[in-house]
Amino acid sequence: MPSSRAGSPVTRRPSEKQAVAASPKPARGPVALLIGTRKGAFFLRSDGARRTWKLTEPMFLGHIVHHLVLDPRDRRTLLAAARTGHLGPTVFRSTDFGKTWKEAQTPPAFPKVPEGQKGLVVDHVFWLTPGHHKEQNVWYAGTSPQGLFRSKDGGQTWDSVKGFNEHPLRRQWTGGDQDGTPDGPKMHSILIDPRDPNHLYIGMSSGGVFESRDKGNRWSPLNKGCAADFLPVADPEYGHDPHCVRLHPLKPDRLYQQNHCGIYRMDRAHGNSNDRWVRIGENMPKQIGDIGFSMVLHPRDPDTAWVFPMDGTEVWPRVSPGGKPAVYVTKNAGNSWTRQDKGFPKAQAWWTVKRQAMSADAHEPVGLYFGTTGGELWGSRTGGGGWTCLVRNLPEIYSVEAVEL
Amino acid sequence: MTVYIPSPLRSYTGRKSEVEVEGSTVGDVLRALDHRFPGLRFRIVTEQDTIREHIRIFVNEDQARDLSAALRPDDEIHIICALSGG
Repeated sequence: MPSSRAGSPVTRRPSEKQAVAASPKPARGPVALLIGTRKGAFFLRSDGARRTWKLTEPMFLGHIVHHLVLDPRDRRTLLAAARTGHLGPTVFRSTDFGKTWKEAQTPPAFPKVPEGQKGLVVDHVFWLTPGHHKEQNVWYAGTSPQGLFRSKDGGQTWDSVKGFNEHPLRRQWTGGDQDGTPDGPKMHSILIDPRDPNHLYIGMSSGGVFESRDKGNRWSPLNKGCAADFLPVADPEYGHDPHCVRLHPLKPDRLYQQNHCGIYRMDRAHGNSNDRWVRIGENMPKQIGDIGFSMVLHPRDPDTAWVFPMDGTEVWPRVSPGGKPAVYVTKNAGNSWTRQDKGFPKAQAWWTVKRQAMSADAHEPVGLYFGTTGGELWGSRTGGGGWTCLVRNLPEIYSVEAVEL
Repeated sequence: MTVYIPSPLRSYTGRKSEVEVEGSTVGDVLRALDHRFPGLRFRIVTEQDTIREHIRIFVNEDQARDLSAALRPDDEIHIICALSGG
């Protein structure tokens, strides 16, 4: 049977030297932003200097597109997680970078339960993650409510990951239907250790961060040190609300998360559930706080990360504090943070940026991009040093992924 | 019998708004539809075989609450997209 509710499972930690690529050279040339919105999907393509941008016509107009992701293994295959207000959830697949699309033959779906029992129903596919670079055609999907699904054929057919979806403690881990976001409880931040395709992380709102070292058969919570001050228990094992969890590909034992209760970093000293999160958001300016949804890492520097803080006071407006938008960057793994707001409105800009709506390219300096719920897409060619509005008047932006063309 | 297809599902039916299929229950008809137009059924019926929240299925003028609703050969099936927000 799958693992117990806690414990420290036997761990086989891959050496950091094992299978971790050397720091890649910075990318050059055009970038495309893959944009998922509440009313469809778009590409925003740049020129080689990332100075001018061109928006495509909408794809899946009228569909709610939670995530649009490129397969980095072939750089042509795209998957889109979509549904409409009426129609159930599905996944669309393109093998020609969006020129043509085909629907999955069997989209992610929970197992059918016997007559008389109440079974789980996928409301929407929320998150898509391409599999390990050694596992061509493998993809993972996270759903609302929290469910994990795997495809072995590039997204055409999807299987339930039973080790999670049918785990006897799944209900306890995830709480009830009310223990999620206003748009439903979600599984997100499906991360794969670049050294080991069997080593997976997931984030759940709610539920917390969990890991599996056997490709999803057994799971352990990984939440020590992380606050969950909305729960009556002082230091719960699970039930946390990570908004966005990131793993650095060049230093896979380093994790960051923007949590409902602050910004955290974990350096995995033990390789098991005794590892602890450190609240690096304590080093943010107190008047700004460390609440937000999204978090982005520098592709070549594990010490550099960006967040987009939002107001988490009183009734949690979740907009830029004081109506003055700013990104904050750390270049020392969270020991200090610097405000980056050049180019943003100086007042009366009440922006919300969702957890999948901030991304970085691989250039030098790094290009940063985020989309707002008001349909604006902002970018910086200078690692946050100066910002420009790249496009306005889109539908509510749910996700932004930067890819090199 | 005739099944009336709403516009959000016509990408599956080659833009046809009316389709002829056979079946003795609503569930039979939807299976037959999915056989001809793969993927259609899951957009309107969940993995637990319940009609999705914002979909309504009418047999003639009566709403079918589940897939077991019995049909006669001359019945008309209407798949309706109910209100689902802006």
